[in-house]
Amino acid sequence: MIGQAFTDLWYGFGVAFEPHNLMWCFVGVLVGNMVGVLPGMGPLATISILLPLTFGIKPVGAILMLAGVFYGAQYGGAICSILLNLPCHPPHAVTCLDGFPLTKQGRGGAALGITVISSFVGASWGITEMIFLSPILVTVALKFGPAEICSLMLLGLLAGSTLARGSPLKGVAMTVCGLLLGIVGSDIETGTPRFTFGIPNLFDGVEIVALALGLFGIAEFMKSVNQLSEVDTKYTNVKFKDLRPTRDELRRSWPAMIRGTLIGSLCALIPGTGPTIASFISYATEKKISKTPEKFGTGMIEGVACPEASTHSSVQGDFIPTMSLGIPGDAVMALILGALMIQGIVPGPQLISEHPDIFWGLVASFWIGNIMLVVLNVPMIGIWVKLLTIPYKYLYPSALFFVCIGVYSTNNDMFQVGETVVIGLVGYLLLLLDFHPAPILLGFVLGPRFEENFRRAMLISRGDALVFIKHPISAVFVGLCVVLIVGQIYVRLRKPKALVDAIPLTSLDHNPRTAEEA
Amino acid sequence: MFDTLFRKRDFYAGGLMTLLGAGVTLNSTTYNTGTLMHMGPGMFPFILGIVLTFIGVMIFGTALVTPLGDDEEILPKNKEWLGWFCILAGPVCFIILGHYFGMAAGTFSCVFVSALGDRTATLKGSALLALCITIPGCLLFSYVLQLPFPLFRWGF
Repeated sequence: MIGQAFTDLWYGFGVAFEPHNLMWCFVGVLVGNMVGVLPGMGPLATISILLPLTFGIKPVGAILMLAGVFYGAQYGGAICSILLNLPCHPPHAVTCLDGFPLTKQGRGGAALGITVISSFVGASWGITEMIFLSPILVTVALKFGPAEICSLMLLGLLAGSTLARGSPLKGVAMTVCGLLLGIVGSDIETGTPRFTFGIPNLFDGVEIVALALGLFGIAEFMKSVNQLSEVDTKYTNVKFKDLRPTRDELRRSWPAMIRGTLIGSLCALIPGTGPTIASFISYATEKKISKTPEKFGTGMIEGVACPEASTHSSVQGDFIPTMSLGIPGDAVMALILGALMIQGIVPGPQLISEHPDIFWGLVASFWIGNIMLVVLNVPMIGIWVKLLTIPYKYLYPSALFFVCIGVYSTNNDMFQVGETVVIGLVGYLLLLLDFHPAPILLGFVLGPRFEENFRRAMLISRGDALVFIKHPISAVFVGLCVVLIVGQIYVRLRKPKALVDAIPLTSLDHNPRTAEEA
Repeated sequence: MFDTLFRKRDFYAGGLMTLLGAGVTLNSTTYNTGTLMHMGPGMFPFILGIVLTFIGVMIFGTALVTPLGDDEEILPKNKEWLGWFCILAGPVCFIILGHYFGMAAGTFSCVFVSALGDRTATLKGSALLALCITIPGCLLFSYVLQLPFPLFRWGF
């Protein structure tokens, strides 16, 4: 099996090193890093805005570029949170706790250096996991019938919506809304137009780009306009030579990185617990293990290394169910799956065997991309720091232009720009009512396949709804769903005091800079 | 109990979801629901509609049992009506002016109008920003990416 994995990986490197693929990967990392650094732009907004640019590229290049955008943006977010104390992306909220004090002490450069190293360590472990786990998952998943796929999707949807931030009930409501949005358009079997309100432009369904840009573009701009205070840049003077951590800092970070990596990869295995939870848990653990827990929050280098490593290892782990089962764990993965579908590739267990170039090319490009990130960030840190000072009032109008032209370019249809505006307005109203719109995307992407498999399962079972419990594998998934729901109710009713130590998860909600949730 | 109910955010959140769910359920009956074995196009939305209504009622229920929180105001403290309006108006300008006068006019108006939403924005500054975005943006999308969207047109 190991031999097979190495052969496949070798093939993957062959794909990823093809000049045009290498170029797209580089472009993705560069642009993602650049946009991700901008205050107020998280990975979700960055990927949504850059998604339309990938339509003209071949599938392999497109997916490599998007993945590059994603981890580039994540790394950019880390710079933003360490130097400015602004978590543009929730997983970095804990990085701020110790990263910003370090910056104040003039060690911000070293913290960034440690971030580079720990994200590389975390990502490498996640990639290794992906190489070995994905083929195993695929062999299992290929035996699944419609009933199993259906209950697995149900589990994925429930986990994705209830374990994210905010009220689980509202998360599920958003997922159902996403599923309903996925229904809009012609029915797959009979062609009956559903929920189109007689508008012919809606017969093809809601465009994923319009949905993502409405929810994570326009709605976020409405939330952040005039809310962002002037960026304090007095600590951002970081130069190339500052990046090198001292020997002592490195010595203290290594064990933290390894612990963070392990926690991250464990979290990735549980569906729905994305990088945010991983980073919070790893920070809490690190604080517990440490001999000087009282020093955390005053600039401990371990407090930077551990959450960053766990974030990156969990992010890479999230790619496993996304690529091997076609079931995304969070909104970012849903967007990447959506991009695959736009390219005409059907996600699911058959993806690895039918499109080995995409899967193994992606795996190999993760490494190449992560090395590119290190190489890029070391000399360009000065430029990134300059980008941090761009005020929001110049940023959002320019971003709005990219939103408009991006949506237009997907189908050359002005109607979809209007669609984006409406979705943006509705998305903002939902934000005001304390709904977090990320699960909408999850439901939207999975919706059509969920319905298809549901119908098929019912047809095969001759209309017997108990089929989901009669099949043993499916019964396990349904059982897990029940455990998840009961667990949530239990936790809510007991109002736990010890929920992830005393780290204020809710404080994220009050930070207008927190652009999106996990 | 009921006098505080109308000030709760969950009251409106639950109400919205219940209405949406009920609407979907009613609307889905206009399509053929079929049987469980041979599901028609209406069956799946019908089920989802019922689930959404149920969840909406539960959110509504949490509004009934929980005490009034400190931060139940639905609109944020600083009401940015101008900002919100400008952000929505920008893309609308893009659609209208883009449709009739081409990409350059659409882009300029989109950036210009949305930039006015900032409290410190001036007409001159916004126009300058719009110009700075329009020229490279149009060059990028029109010449480099070859988007089939004329730069200038006059089409009524």
